[in-house]
Amino acid sequence: MQLARVIGEVVATMKDANLTGVKLLILQPIAPDGNPAGRTLVALDSVGAGTGEQVFFVRGREAAFPFYPAEPPTDATIVGIVDHWHVP
Amino acid sequence: MILAKIVGTVVATRKDERLVSSKLLVARPMDPRGKAEGVYLVAVDTVDAGVGETVLIVSGSSARMAAGLKDCPIDAAIVGIVDTVEVHDEAPAEAHTRAGAAPQGRVTVPGD
Repeated sequence: MQLARVIGEVVATMKDANLTGVKLLILQPIAPDGNPAGRTLVALDSVGAGTGEQVFFVRGREAAFPFYPAEPPTDATIVGIVDHWHVP
Repeated sequence: MILAKIVGTVVATRKDERLVSSKLLVARPMDPRGKAEGVYLVAVDTVDAGVGETVLIVSGSSARMAAGLKDCPIDAAIVGIVDTVEVHDEAPAEAHTRAGAAPQGRVTVPGD
């Protein structure tokens, strides 16, 4: 899993039927100091996150698990909203 | 998932039999502001996308979860046609470790 900041959202009308009703958010992966680290991506939201929040997300096949038994075609899903972290 | 712009089509007569009747498109990944990035991809279309459209592409084994692609030998599928992209990239509201961050050049040792 990786830390990221939600920087926006995507609207798509024509999409896979299993993506209906799921929020699509744009993520900027970040380093523990809050600076961008890596390319932006689009992820599904399973926790009610919104723009400006810091979150962590899961990549790969496991990204569909939060929606079980549905199997949306996703390779990235937000699975937690970060309250705070501490990296000495 | 990544955002990409469709830039062309691919036609292949000889291919894996599970790819028969799949529509293959060439896509250029892009960032949310529309700037191209990364390498071109060939992706299987499941939503009737066309050249010039901005789409959502799912990659890796998750691509096989798109409609009709179970057990197909693919690693990229187009699963949505993007209507709008909205970006609000502000500086982090409170970067937790930044608030009390040490001035540049000073090293903070854990347990210091």
